[in-house]
Amino acid sequence: MLQIALWKRLSILLVCVIGLALAAPNLFYGPVERHNDAATALERGAVPTPEIEAALAEWPDFLPSGLVNLGLDLRGGAHLLAEVQLQDVYASRIDGYWPEVRDILRELRDTVGTIRRQEAPPDELRVRISQPEGMQAAVEAVRELASPIVSMTGVGQTDIAVSGSGDVLTLTLSEAERAATDDRTMQQSLEIIRRRVDEAGTREPTIQRQGADRILIQVPGIGSAQELKELIGTTAQLTFHPVIARGADPSTTPSADELLLPDMEDEGVFYLLERSPVVSGDELVDSQPGFDQNGLPAVTFRFNPAGARAFGVYTSENIGAPFAIVLDEEVVTAPTIQSAITGGSGQITGNFNVEEANRLAILLRAGALPADLTFLEERTIGPELGQDSIDAGQVAAVVAMVAVIAFMILSYGIFGFFATVALSLNVALIFGLLSLIGGTLTLPGIAGIVLTIGMAVDANVLVFERIREELKTAKGPARAIELGYEKALSAIVDANITTFIIAVILFALGSGPVRGFAVTLGIGILTSVFTAIYVTRLLIVFWFERRRPRTIEV
Amino acid sequence: MRLRLVPDETHWDFMKWRHWTFGASVIAMVASLIIWAVMGLNFGIDFLGGTTIRTESTQAVDVGAYRAALDPLALGDVTITEVFDPTFGPDENVAQIRIQAQEGAESVTPETIAAVEAALQQVDPSLTFPSVESVGPKVSGELIMTALIAVGASLAAILFYIWLRFEWQFSVGAIAALIHDVVLTVGVFSLLQIRFDLATIAAILTIIGYSINDTVVIFDRLRENLIKFKKTPLIEVMNRSVNETLSRTLMTSGTTILALVALIALGGDVIRGFVFAILWGVVVGTYSSVYVAKNVVLMLGVERDPKKPSDAGTQFADIDA
Repeated sequence: MLQIALWKRLSILLVCVIGLALAAPNLFYGPVERHNDAATALERGAVPTPEIEAALAEWPDFLPSGLVNLGLDLRGGAHLLAEVQLQDVYASRIDGYWPEVRDILRELRDTVGTIRRQEAPPDELRVRISQPEGMQAAVEAVRELASPIVSMTGVGQTDIAVSGSGDVLTLTLSEAERAATDDRTMQQSLEIIRRRVDEAGTREPTIQRQGADRILIQVPGIGSAQELKELIGTTAQLTFHPVIARGADPSTTPSADELLLPDMEDEGVFYLLERSPVVSGDELVDSQPGFDQNGLPAVTFRFNPAGARAFGVYTSENIGAPFAIVLDEEVVTAPTIQSAITGGSGQITGNFNVEEANRLAILLRAGALPADLTFLEERTIGPELGQDSIDAGQVAAVVAMVAVIAFMILSYGIFGFFATVALSLNVALIFGLLSLIGGTLTLPGIAGIVLTIGMAVDANVLVFERIREELKTAKGPARAIELGYEKALSAIVDANITTFIIAVILFALGSGPVRGFAVTLGIGILTSVFTAIYVTRLLIVFWFERRRPRTIEV
Repeated sequence: MRLRLVPDETHWDFMKWRHWTFGASVIAMVASLIIWAVMGLNFGIDFLGGTTIRTESTQAVDVGAYRAALDPLALGDVTITEVFDPTFGPDENVAQIRIQAQEGAESVTPETIAAVEAALQQVDPSLTFPSVESVGPKVSGELIMTALIAVGASLAAILFYIWLRFEWQFSVGAIAALIHDVVLTVGVFSLLQIRFDLATIAAILTIIGYSINDTVVIFDRLRENLIKFKKTPLIEVMNRSVNETLSRTLMTSGTTILALVALIALGGDVIRGFVFAILWGVVVGTYSSVYVAKNVVLMLGVERDPKKPSDAGTQFADIDA
């Protein structure tokens, strides 16, 4: 006979109620969103203003407040796929080794003779020595610089490889060190991009690592991809270099350990600098806009202890010599060192206005990106286009729903009605689950839901058709219903598992909107099987117990 | 009173037309491949790289004037199409401008976009740009690979699952039907030159999902009937299975098509290509479940040993999840 244990009935109802409760906030999207924003603002330590209080009061705290995130194509915003130029970092690491290598080899002058840095690929340091017979000693001495790597994969390896052939000594980063460096660069880039995007205070940005060297950045509500790029700032590298000559001829080719850079303001003025910086922006801990003694906008900065020490040592040894502050390959200013700066803080003055000083300070504070970014993909979607899509999707979903309901009731009568109740519940459960897991609804995702509306009735159709068939063999209505569910099960399961496999593959391989589609499709399959098998069955059992019909028509 | 798409009991001889339909399917597939080879696909920027800019204006779109404005910028291949949609109001005039990937640049430079926007606004000051999308050639190459892997992996996973639950002949039949659906879909996209992008791949995978769903339901009934009617010739059991599941097949296709038609008419132009692909796939998928999948199974034959009690399935067939 048709029986469902009480605990099963209760659990089915409970799941439905929880699903509905989780889905409910989406009906009040605006107020709930304002409430959530206010709550996050308070959590971050904002001072409660009347506006925040008002926003907070728009939705009661005790109710669920999870919302389905709207994808960029629905909300509007910008999407960037950036590739981090990891090899940039190798180059700066290698540059960092040069002064040390130079000092070591100078001490060995008697055995190796004179040394000269050679042109080399950016991830290699090549030094020519004038006495090739001293190579063995040179290699051994430079090898002293190597330190063991502390990482899971690189146990027992050192960070650099040193070799000598003929009169050229070559220093490269080891495989393990490159891997470790890559990883560090990616972490750092992610962190810095996240901080910069957060400074702009946008809602729910997505900043994700993709693959070995890519970062996906999606920021809803921002005007354009261009704006987002400016916000991230592709470089903003601050370095301090010793100046070899000011007013250098721009046509000179600098040697391997020199840099030729233009002045930021004076057109045509070039500086010849030492390539290895004294201190770099990584060692900066704070930066604030301010004013110099003449009341002109300036940017103050402070180094960490290591940076402060290096800066202090350099300035005390080079009083009277100029040094250059370089930002993004341009010399901001090249003051002469008046006194040793040992406190680790200083000031950049230049031809800034207040706004520029402010922006520069933010860029410096967020830290320099360790490597350049190239943008492989960029998309801007305007908010109106997104709103149009939401509206169109809603209309289509409602029309689809009404059409399917009419079709089902015409075809299966009261049973069709049960199926449509289950269908409506199914849509609610999809939204409930999406809100629960913080899923993102995209335009193809809406299409996925509409498709699910069409396909979700399939399981019920299978069952109802089966009941019809079983009724023909006149076993009585209760038995027919039971057999209908029982025999249709294997077809339902097989059919849905295969579709689910597709959803999983789409999710694993897709990106962006396709992934959003996969999530709604997958969730739709789970909820439709649940509603079709359990919910309609429960509804039919309730109905059957009240009416006890002798015959049924499906 | 009930709506019945088909009478309660049908004994239509579906398999009678198997030679005709199979021939038609083969011809359609060959035709699709030829169209594909000759006309090519209208790849979107996802696969080709480049930039698309959507423009919206209160004034009528003048493709010629837009083109004249963009010509001095020397951007290479530029396509401008006006977009029509019943959901647009009278003051919504939308066009889609596509610019080929520029030499030497991964994604479009901000200067290029600014220049394009400025040039167009000279023509029509009320012009706005609701979306600008740019994909570099590096990513687009990878996207093609990923798409192919996705389709391949889906087919392999389904092949394996059906083989586990049914018999290998069924598995081959199901895959033949899926390939048939995919090829015909690609053919239609080539014939009508509908834009083929990542969403289309998602649509194709959805078609695979829908079509396999349909095929599995009929196979499931076939498996059941093969056990029930051990002596009946395979072709008759097949006919019976198709007839028994016919009402369900049409009901499900019917509701799905209803939903999709609503979406295609009212869902806006952005996803029309995507929905069209799925709609087409539902029609083709329903047909192929009956005629392609079963034809292949019929040709391969199913081993039926009347002495063994459960010979129509593999050892996993009786597991009900």
